[in-house]
Amino acid sequence: MKYSLFLGCTIPARSRNYELSARAVASQLGMEFIDIDEFSCCGFPLEATDEMGAILLAARNLALAEEKNLEICSLCSACTSMLTKTAYRLNRDRELRDKVNHELSKLGRAYKGTVRVRHFARILIEDIGLEKIKNSVSRDLKGLKVATHYGCHYLKPSYIYEGFDDPQDPKTLEEILEAVGAVNIQYRRKKDCCGGPVLLSDESVALDVAGEKLKYVKEAGADIMNLVCPFCDLMFDSNQKGIEAKFGLELNIPVLYLPQIIGLAMGLDRKELGLNLNSVNTKDLTARLEV
Amino acid sequence: MNRIVSEDYDPDFIEELDSSEITGAFSGCLACRTCTSGCPVHRANNEYDPLRIMRMLTFGLKDELIGGDMIWLCSDCYTCQENCPMGIKVTDIINHLKNMATSAKHTPIGVSTQEKLLKDQGKIYIIDDFDNKKRTKAGLPPLPEINEEAKKLLEKR
Ligand code: SF4
Ligand code: SF4
Repeated sequence: MKYSLFLGCTIPARSRNYELSARAVASQLGMEFIDIDEFSCCGFPLEATDEMGAILLAARNLALAEEKNLEICSLCSACTSMLTKTAYRLNRDRELRDKVNHELSKLGRAYKGTVRVRHFARILIEDIGLEKIKNSVSRDLKGLKVATHYGCHYLKPSYIYEGFDDPQDPKTLEEILEAVGAVNIQYRRKKDCCGGPVLLSDESVALDVAGEKLKYVKEAGADIMNLVCPFCDLMFDSNQKGIEAKFGLELNIPVLYLPQIIGLAMGLDRKELGLNLNSVNTKDLTARLEV
Repeated sequence: MNRIVSEDYDPDFIEELDSSEITGAFSGCLACRTCTSGCPVHRANNEYDPLRIMRMLTFGLKDELIGGDMIWLCSDCYTCQENCPMGIKVTDIINHLKNMATSAKHTPIGVSTQEKLLKDQGKIYIIDDFDNKKRTKAGLPPLPEINEEAKKLLEKR
């Protein structure tokens, strides 16, 4: 199973732990990632100010994967939604597609409409399957209690995602966790946003949104938090100290990317999973799991 | 009882958005407040209110909407859009309003700075030699510093 790996801007610059663990877990499961150097930003950060520019960037990325006859596996939820939404629009709006292809032709490229885009976690569910994931487990997670944050763009807007999972009652990420032997913890506001996109216009509101969730995760007694997007990670992991200070809370909740948790269950070590790169210290966690 | 008459009413604005391919129609809005009741930003700051945005739209208050700070507080989470009983693309509409505000040069400084970076580099973060050394050391493939072709694609935009 071959996929072009779409990293976007944030992951290679500040979430190497996500990239490392995703690559390690994928290779254990027989997924082959092809790197396309020419990929740029997905376009998402431009969507609010220059929608057409965002569509152009996304379309060019789609065209690059098409040239290699590969589907796209994306690790970032925002990239996944931007690329999927653009393909959705271009496949339905002839006029928009002609306009986009006119611009792409100046670079010697074209969007044809053959490429498929899916998030890494969705590929795990749909192509690898829970059974195979379960069979890859070699380390006991000892009842590790995990609070999952689905985030927004992994499942929304639902009209672009072909009925994958249910944004009103999502299950897929927890199914994967269950397969690797973790215990899923429910908490208030589970479906809510991380607040990340507001960071650039109002930092205080963004931290309030993230802080409310972290508080409920703590109250529910979770050992760690699980997520699948580097923007969410920025809010819950990198900004956790700031949130503790703002609300006068003691949280100390390690925040792991899904493949870091899967990788722990597969018997991989701290370095292979980039656990030393997480902001909230993960040493107590791995000591408890005897990693 | 007096009729509500607004001097700021802009019918072209309503027509433009209501017939837009991107946003879809909004004129079926019931004012039921479902959008606001699930909005995480509203909970953090009740000055922010998607129903208010929808009402302002219905009344055609273009200048107030795109000249103000409110729309920029939307976190693009799609909760309102998924919940709306009328299937109105509330989030896509607010995003489109941000684009209109940008055309009218009303963009928060943080957002416009990021836009400029992206147009200069083809990506948000430069991957410099230092980053690539760290990547190589971790066993990850090196990446180009910026993306020239993407930069070219966005030129003159
Ligand atoms: S949920 Fe939909 S119909 Fe109800 S007020 Fe909001 S936009 Fe209008
Ligand atoms: S998309 Fe914006 S308006 Fe809608 S619920 Fe989320 S933050 Fe609120």
